[in-house]
Amino acid sequence: MLFTEAGQLATSYKAEQKLFRLRQDYVAFGILLFLAFVALPYWGSDYWFNAILIPFLVLSLAGLGLNLLTGYAGQLSLGSAAFMAVGAFATYNLELRIPDLPLLFSILGGGLFAAASSVIFGLPSARIKGFYLIVSTLAAQFFIQWLFTKFSWFSNGSTSGVITAPPLVMAGYDFSTPVGRYLLTLSIVASLFLIARNLVRSELGRHWMAVRDRDTAAAVMGIPILKTKLLAFGMSGFILGIAGALWAFTYLGTVEPHGFDLTRSFQILFIIIIGGMGSLLGNFLGAAFIVLLPILLSQLIGLLPANHWVDIGQLENAQKIIFGGLIIFFLIKEPDGLARLWQRCRERARIWPLRY
Amino acid sequence: MDLGSTELTSTAHTLLPPLLKLENISLAFKGVKAITDISFEVQAKRITALIGPNGAGKSSLLNVINGVYQPQAGTITFKQIPHKQMTPRYAAQQGIARTFQNIALFKGMSVLDNLLTGRTLKRHSTWLEQAFRVGRAPREDRSNREYVEQLIDFLDLTAWRKTLVGTLPYGIQKRVELGRALAAEPTLLLLDEPMAGMNAQEKQEMSEFIRAINREFGTTIVLIEHDLSVVMSLSNHLVVLDYGKKIGDGSPEEVRHNPEVIAAYLGTRH
Repeated sequence: MLFTEAGQLATSYKAEQKLFRLRQDYVAFGILLFLAFVALPYWGSDYWFNAILIPFLVLSLAGLGLNLLTGYAGQLSLGSAAFMAVGAFATYNLELRIPDLPLLFSILGGGLFAAASSVIFGLPSARIKGFYLIVSTLAAQFFIQWLFTKFSWFSNGSTSGVITAPPLVMAGYDFSTPVGRYLLTLSIVASLFLIARNLVRSELGRHWMAVRDRDTAAAVMGIPILKTKLLAFGMSGFILGIAGALWAFTYLGTVEPHGFDLTRSFQILFIIIIGGMGSLLGNFLGAAFIVLLPILLSQLIGLLPANHWVDIGQLENAQKIIFGGLIIFFLIKEPDGLARLWQRCRERARIWPLRY
Repeated sequence: MDLGSTELTSTAHTLLPPLLKLENISLAFKGVKAITDISFEVQAKRITALIGPNGAGKSSLLNVINGVYQPQAGTITFKQIPHKQMTPRYAAQQGIARTFQNIALFKGMSVLDNLLTGRTLKRHSTWLEQAFRVGRAPREDRSNREYVEQLIDFLDLTAWRKTLVGTLPYGIQKRVELGRALAAEPTLLLLDEPMAGMNAQEKQEMSEFIRAINREFGTTIVLIEHDLSVVMSLSNHLVVLDYGKKIGDGSPEEVRHNPEVIAAYLGTRH
C-alpha cells in the first residue's frame, strides 16, 4: 500500500546484508535524515529543541543501552540510571581535570567509565539469572547514587553534588545554542544507533540472543556465556553512559545525582517495554511515547473549557490516569511493544487489500 | 543394507581405533546414581543408537559426552585423547555437536540466524571488527552464509529461512535444530530423541535426513530413540541401558536376541 517491494530481489548475500534492502527504505531513511539534520534545525523553535527533541533523542539512546542488555541479551537490569550517572560525572570530571581533552573524547571516556562499572555490576550474572539479577543492578543503582552524593570530589566540591555543563565547544564551534545542542545530540545518537545496528546483526548480536533464548544450547555450541553477557553489560553501560552525559550537558545543563534515581531507571525500562524488547526502532517509539504523549495530553487538556468545574491540579492527575491507561491499552493490544505493532501494520500493508 | 553394515562393524572393530570410547563412566547426582560403570565404543562414520526405558540414563550419557555433566569416575576418549571430563565449549571445539530432547532452539531468531549461530566456532573476527564491518568480519559473514544456505537447501528448509523458529510447527523445529547442530560441521553428532513426538511419516523423513547426513558428510552419529523399528533399521550399532547400567551392546541383530534386553523391554522381574 505505502509502497511495493515487488521485483526487488537480492541476488547476492552481500546485497541482502545491506543496511536497507529496499530502495524505498533508502529513500525514506534519506528523507528522515534530511528532516532531522537540515529541515528541523532550520524551522524548529527553541521550545521544540529544548523540551521535545533533545530529551526524546537522549531517552531513545538510553533505551538502546538498556535494550541491548535486556531485549537482546536477556539480562534484566534496574540500574540504567546509575550508569547514566557514571557517564555524566565521568565526563564532567574528565573535562574538569584534563583541560585539554576535547569534549567528544570526554564523552567517550564517560561512556567507557560507565561500561567498566556496568561490567563490574554484571559479574554476578555468571551465577544468577532473571529476576534475581535485578538485585545486583539495583545495588548499582543505590550504590552509585550514594557515591556521587557522599563524596563531593566527584562534583568538584559541590556539597549537593550538582554538576554544571562544561562549555560545549568542539573544533572551535560553539554548540551551546539550542540548535547546536540538538545537532550535537543527534549526531552522537545517530552514530551510536548505526553501530548498534551492525552489532545486533553480527555474530555478537546472535550470541546475545542465543544466551537470551537458551543458554545451555548456546554453551553446547561453544559460545562463551560469561564473556557474551559481560560484553552486553559493557556495551549497554557504554551507551547509557553517553546518554547520561548528553542528558546532563546537552539537555539539562546542570544535574545532581538525584536526577539519576530509580525513577529514571524505571522510565528507561518502560521505554523498552512499550517500544519493544529486542528492537532498535522500539527505542525511538517508546521514547516518543514517554516524552511526547504527556505533552500532547497536557495540550489537549488545556484546550478543554474545564476551568469552571475542575481545577488545574486535578487535570494533571487526569493526565497521569490517561497516560497509564494508554500504556495498559497498548500492552494488552500488543505485548511485544509498539515496534511489533508497526511491523504488523507493514506486513498487513504489503498484502493489502488482501487479508492473507 | 543393514545386514551388510553389521558385518562391516565387526571387521572395523579390529582395524580402526574408535572415534569415541567411554570407559567405566559413573555419574551420580548427590548420591542418586544415574550412570553406573558404563563402557562402550563408537566407531567413526557409523550410526550408534542408545536405547533403553525411561530413566535409564541415556540423556545423562549424552550430557557426559559433551560436557554438560561431569562424571565422578571413568574416562572419555575422543579422537584418541583421554579426558576425565569434558566441558561444553571444549567438546564443541573438538567437533561434537548435539540436539536436545525438548527442542532448545533460539526461539526469537529466524531459521537462518539459528543455523548461522551454529557456525560460531568457524569465526575468528572480533566483535569490534563486526561492529564496524571491517577486517575479517564481512568475508566471514559471506562464507558462513553460503555454507548455511547449502545446509538449508539440504534439509529442505528453504520455505522458512526468514521465519522465527518459535512460530514453526514441531516437526520443522526438530529439523532446524538438526541443521543448527550440523552447521558446526561436527565430527560427532549427538541426537537426543530426534523423532520424539513425530508421526510415522515424519519419522521416516527424519530417518532419511539422518542417513543422508551420515552418508554425505561422513558424520558419526550417536542417537537416542525409543521407536525400536526405526532404531533397528537406522543404526549399525546399539547400546542398551537400563537403570544406569549397560545391559546390551552389539549389532541390531545381536541386541534383538539378547535375553536381558528382552527382559528390560518386556518388564520381567530383575
